Amino acid sequence: MPIFNLNINGKKQQVDVAPDTPILWVLRDHLDLVGTKYGCGIAQCGACTIHVGDVAMRSCQMPVSQVGNQPITTIEGLSEKGDHPVQRAWLEHDVAQCGYCQAGQIMNAAALLKANPKPSEAEIEGAMNGNICRCATYVRIKAAIKTVAS
Amino acid sequence: MTLVKTTYNRRSFIKATAISGGGMVLGFSWLASCKPTPEQIKAMPKEWFNINGFLKIGDNGLVTIMSPNPEIGQNVKTSMPMIIAEELDTDWANVIVEQAPLNTDIFKRQLAGGSQSIRQGWESLRMAGATARRMLMEAAAKEWQVPVDELTTEAGMIYHKKSGKSTDYGKVASAAGSLPVPKEVNLKDVKDFKIIGTPRKNVDGPKIVTGQPLFGLDYKRDGMLIAMIVHAPAFGMKLKSVEDTAAKSMPGIKDVFVINTYPEGVEKQWSDTDAFPDLVVVVGNSTWEVMQAKKALKVEWEQAANPDSTADYVAKMAAEGGKKPKEASRRDGDPEAAFKNAAQVIERTYTAPYLAHNTMEPMNFFAHVTPDKAELVGPIQTPEFLEKTLAARLSMPLEKIDIQMTRMGGGFGRRLYGHFGVEAAVISQKLNAPVKLIYTREDDMTQGLYRPAYSVTYRAALDADKNLIGFHIRGGGMQDSPVHPNRFPAGAVDNYLAEEWTVDNSISTGAWRAPGSNFIAGAEQSFLDEVAEAAGKDPIEFRLALFDRAIKNPVGKDNDYDAQRYAGVLKLVKEKSGWGQEQPNVSRGVSAYFCHNSYVAQVVDLVVEDGKPVIQKIHAAVDCGILVNPLAATNLCEGGMVDGIGHALYSAMTFRDGVPEQSNFDKYRLIRHSEAPKAIEVHFVENDIDPTGLGEPLNPPIVAALANALYKATGKRVYDQPFMMDKAMLG
Repeated sequence: MPIFNLNINGKKQQVDVAPDTPILWVLRDHLDLVGTKYGCGIAQCGACTIHVGDVAMRSCQMPVSQVGNQPITTIEGLSEKGDHPVQRAWLEHDVAQCGYCQAGQIMNAAALLKANPKPSEAEIEGAMNGNICRCATYVRIKAAIKTVAS
Repeated sequence: MTLVKTTYNRRSFIKATAISGGGMVLGFSWLASCKPTPEQIKAMPKEWFNINGFLKIGDNGLVTIMSPNPEIGQNVKTSMPMIIAEELDTDWANVIVEQAPLNTDIFKRQLAGGSQSIRQGWESLRMAGATARRMLMEAAAKEWQVPVDELTTEAGMIYHKKSGKSTDYGKVASAAGSLPVPKEVNLKDVKDFKIIGTPRKNVDGPKIVTGQPLFGLDYKRDGMLIAMIVHAPAFGMKLKSVEDTAAKSMPGIKDVFVINTYPEGVEKQWSDTDAFPDLVVVVGNSTWEVMQAKKALKVEWEQAANPDSTADYVAKMAAEGGKKPKEASRRDGDPEAAFKNAAQVIERTYTAPYLAHNTMEPMNFFAHVTPDKAELVGPIQTPEFLEKTLAARLSMPLEKIDIQMTRMGGGFGRRLYGHFGVEAAVISQKLNAPVKLIYTREDDMTQGLYRPAYSVTYRAALDADKNLIGFHIRGGGMQDSPVHPNRFPAGAVDNYLAEEWTVDNSISTGAWRAPGSNFIAGAEQSFLDEVAEAAGKDPIEFRLALFDRAIKNPVGKDNDYDAQRYAGVLKLVKEKSGWGQEQPNVSRGVSAYFCHNSYVAQVVDLVVEDGKPVIQKIHAAVDCGILVNPLAATNLCEGGMVDGIGHALYSAMTFRDGVPEQSNFDKYRLIRHSEAPKAIEVHFVENDIDPTGLGEPLNPPIVAALANALYKATGKRVYDQPFMMDKAMLG
């Protein structure tokens, strides 16, 4: 199998996997970065959201062979001490119920706020619509995003 | 304070004493990593002292509390330890929470289901804290040579006013641990609570927002293999043949074989189900490799006999619902005469489809079974029952089976049914290796245990003065009846008849968040809205008049609700929502329901834009007795309501010849951000009644508050879920 050199959370990583292996499974199975979650495998739920460069991507649909030298950030690397403004807002609003989808929600929200620091209500809804929360914490997620934006 | 006998499981002390002596007695390598890291709290103690099975105290006063019950997002991992900490009288900042393993010698009812964790844990959790506090005080009293009754405690400190002496729990913990368990303890008065009733954040919050391993799917062990299953595509099918040559030769694949989870003769628990008894198992080194090999399998299945498509069971339900059941579930007065003499009869039928649970974390479990022992780690709502089944299935005594509970990425009833844990164990036993079984989303969504499809017909008889003189409910569903014959409006109507039926097919069903209630509440409260309108009454006043009747002069026996508390939440939501002072162009609907021991009333405000409902506000009033953690309770109430709205509007499982037509979130519609309510206010009734749960009571009634508001907005009633597919919404 080919060897891929990856830049993940500012660290160089080398993996030996099939080229079609989605980054999701490279992270989870080969690099022990299990914060990025498997939810659907078809880019419909957003639980596996990571940043490729500054862009939120669904890692379940991105083969490792397509990453190249683009830097990847996962929830574990969003901040060094877990104090990214989005993470802080999530704690302030005590957003999580089961918590499973929240890494994906946080990564998507962080990318949204980087691109658009003052999103409107409709812009928040539009950007976040791909992230399902089965516990339905949507009201709190939106409140947390608004806290960061204000 | 109230002096009470220490009634809870005394074995917890025996066990704890037997294994005491400091250190991480109940720790477990991976789960121990789920504690807060030392920098988040003050310095870790040099030594821990076990006081009882629920808690240990460090030499510096830090307290580790074991959270006994499975955490599925209902926040028991925070709220149950809060109850212990309250009676222990320590500072919450001194508390570390750990998930307890399954240990029925120490903990009772380690189960997440029926919204019962807080209600049924209340007494034993208070006892655990209070007896520990008493033992610490006794240790201090002994040291100071003073009567124990002269001591007081506050925030982890013990005081003797007369002598001016004081000490902290940590200094007397060692001596306290060896004292006998007190026969009686004082429990705090509700007015003296300092932790219960105050907002406390999720103890796992920092781990969740930084993506640290918490969930079953995150669990790892050296040398662990990944296993996945292939089950039949349709309910009722049996395995015919497997062609696995190609799959077996694929990279990373270790083995392909067939298992039968529950062979004949193995004693099963209620939590065991075998919708798909034959499974093809693929085992390999990594998830992606196993996923690819699954696709390369050629599996043939025997056709099922009489598989149902959606139209088939809809027709079966309509036919069965049209027949008169042999026996009534409840009969008061003379309902037949009331309907015969009625000036007006209203009859309406409501239906709902099958629903999948769709926990965001798909089913999975870790197992390492060797000839000597079975170690299991994973997300399970019913670990005690899983353990019993494993003992039977693996032919192993209970004490050789160890089950550790991980945080769960959702439950909703799905993880009551632990077949996946049994499957993981059977696979591991066969391989004699550590294995993690993972379901794909498709495996998960098509596995069954669905909320049954339901149908109910209501009839109301009004006399010439528009009084409700007769009420008739006839309801049923696929393998399950949603009718609760002794619930409201039973007890409030002179002539009342409840009848139930069920129909069968091979589609697997199970408990789904607020079983039965999740359908019947919406139907009943929509129907009452229509009856109130026919009677020319305000919907809240109409209900309050019925409760008034049930309070003053209840009809019949065994009425399964407290009419005062029921009326209480309606009055509270009426006040808080400003009922009667509607905003122009905003449509309102009201609903109230009692299930799972808690009372709920809701008002939904919505507008319909381009045929789509936009929920602007929900006001909810809730009576769950003493509120343990208002922050988490509010969150759970919000989620329950949004969940109820989402499923009522959008969600359905449908079938073609027994094959589920939805297998992932591209076809199965769940509510999303843009469809969620814009604002929610939750108000709690304040009282001193022992607490009840909130995991389930919120989603059932909201269906009707939504339907009744939709009617106000569109002028049309919705009867068939999902409402967005109802003809009233389709136009």
